[in-house]
Amino acid sequence: MKAESKKEIFKEGTVNSNEVISIRNLYMAFGENKVLNGFDFDLHRGENIVVLGKSGSGKSVLIKCIIGLLKPDKGSINVLGENVPELNTTDLDKMRVKVGFLFQSNALYDSMTVRENLEFPLRRHWINTSKMEVNNLVMEALTNVGLPHTVDMMPSELSGGMRKRVALARTLILKPEIILYDEPTTGLDPITGKEISNLMLEVQKKYNTSSIIISHDINCVKIVANRIVILIDGLCYATGTYVQLQNSKDKKVKQFFE
Amino acid sequence: MKDIIIEIGLITKFAGRFFREIIKPRFEFAEFARQCYYIGNRSLPLVAITAFIMGLVITIQSRPTLVEFGAQAWLPKMVSVSLVREIAPVITALICAGKIGSGIGAELGSMKVTEQIDAMDVSGTNPYKFLVVTRVMATTFMIPILAILADTLSLYGGYLGANIRGVVSWDLYWSQVFDTLVYSDIVPSVTKTFFFGFAIGIIGCYKGFNSNKGTEGVGQSANSAVVISSLLVFILDLLAVQITDVLNLN
Ligand SMILES: Nc1ncnc2c1ncn2[C@@H]1O[C@H](COP(=O)(O)OP(=O)(O)O)[C@@H](O)[C@H]1O
Ligand SMILES: [Mg+2]
Repeated sequence: MKAESKKEIFKEGTVNSNEVISIRNLYMAFGENKVLNGFDFDLHRGENIVVLGKSGSGKSVLIKCIIGLLKPDKGSINVLGENVPELNTTDLDKMRVKVGFLFQSNALYDSMTVRENLEFPLRRHWINTSKMEVNNLVMEALTNVGLPHTVDMMPSELSGGMRKRVALARTLILKPEIILYDEPTTGLDPITGKEISNLMLEVQKKYNTSSIIISHDINCVKIVANRIVILIDGLCYATGTYVQLQNSKDKKVKQFFE
Repeated sequence: MKDIIIEIGLITKFAGRFFREIIKPRFEFAEFARQCYYIGNRSLPLVAITAFIMGLVITIQSRPTLVEFGAQAWLPKMVSVSLVREIAPVITALICAGKIGSGIGAELGSMKVTEQIDAMDVSGTNPYKFLVVTRVMATTFMIPILAILADTLSLYGGYLGANIRGVVSWDLYWSQVFDTLVYSDIVPSVTKTFFFGFAIGIIGCYKGFNSNKGTEGVGQSANSAVVISSLLVFILDLLAVQITDVLNLN
């Protein structure tokens, strides 16, 4: 009884406060390789946060901990009122309906058409929908990324930018509240990268999402970031808006803006 | 040496997980059926042709030795035992280790490095159940079927071989074959192919699931899946011979 009322208060607290993700004191190491060393971080509702960091600094590890693909050694990750490292498989799946993940390599299933790729998360999360509704959801998501005509194509027939869009559509089909982007513009040419960045802004407006965007593409950062967090040595080294950090005197911060 | 022991431990752990996952509900039947079809479709022609030719060749080559002893009438007897007990099942397993084992290793390896396996995980799907359990079940189920087919076709090959030099009538050949072959030839021979199938599936999946980043990682997974599963087929075959020997089934 007591525990239950406590939990209620806890939930109330997070709903009222503006934070959709709140990370405290996160530690993660692979053997001797200490990747995260007490990382703290908050994502507010409606915000686009960019996490900047060098290659291999643990950015992907960070968001994979958030979605529960990796289990941190220590620390709490509160996502929409639930502590992710403590969730069981069923609750984790429920959380993952609300949190979309766009993989760096898109992770489109090679053996499936674009339509089957988009249907996969719908069917797998056992979301009860009729055939017609599924088709409508697929077309809606594809239209929102500007690619309704690719529905019957295979991923191998698409260009890099198109694949990124389809992967985003697959994330959007569950109408997530939060989207985690892992280097969304890496490997794309600057023009396509810019298109994807603008698309991310559109998506944020249309779907009312909050996002964490991992990047070291400064052009993308400029377009999408409301706030920037710089990840160095497994810690939140600096945080601020684009303009604030750009004018920083700190050497380690400056190098990201050159 | 230490690496080999660690690798064996990891493979055992990976295989152990199979038995834990398979009893959990929601068996992915559609994916299992797709894999069975795929395995049959990919390896049937090669297995069939190879088995037929092996039957033919072994019969032709055994003939002179038997003639030397004046025992050419024993030809169907002798070849049918060696074909059904050893040659057809092992050849089938080796072909499947080459085609199916490498296929699974490469497929899962590329899914691993392009994060498709993680994507399944976040889409409410247990990737071990969806990818590994179905594939291992499919190889365990299909390789015995292919082996039985290979048994049959190699015996047809044997018939042709027996008739190239000598004359053995169709009826005589088959009645000799069935007189010779008893349950204790067929049962152990089919039983071991289940283990061959399981080994090929598990090794392919293990290598795929553990491939490293980079394209050479995927190629390497496929390659070492073939090497290890072929080796395992021989080791299991040796074990099977010992076990049937001990149980005195011959
Ligand atoms: N599954 C894993 N096992 C072992 N080490 C890992 C694993 N994932 C990431 N690492 C290591 O963690 C560090 C950070 O990786 P990552 O988060 O992918 O970097 P990035 O910031 O470029 O995304 C790297 O040194 C990498 O080798
Ligand atoms: Mg990364």
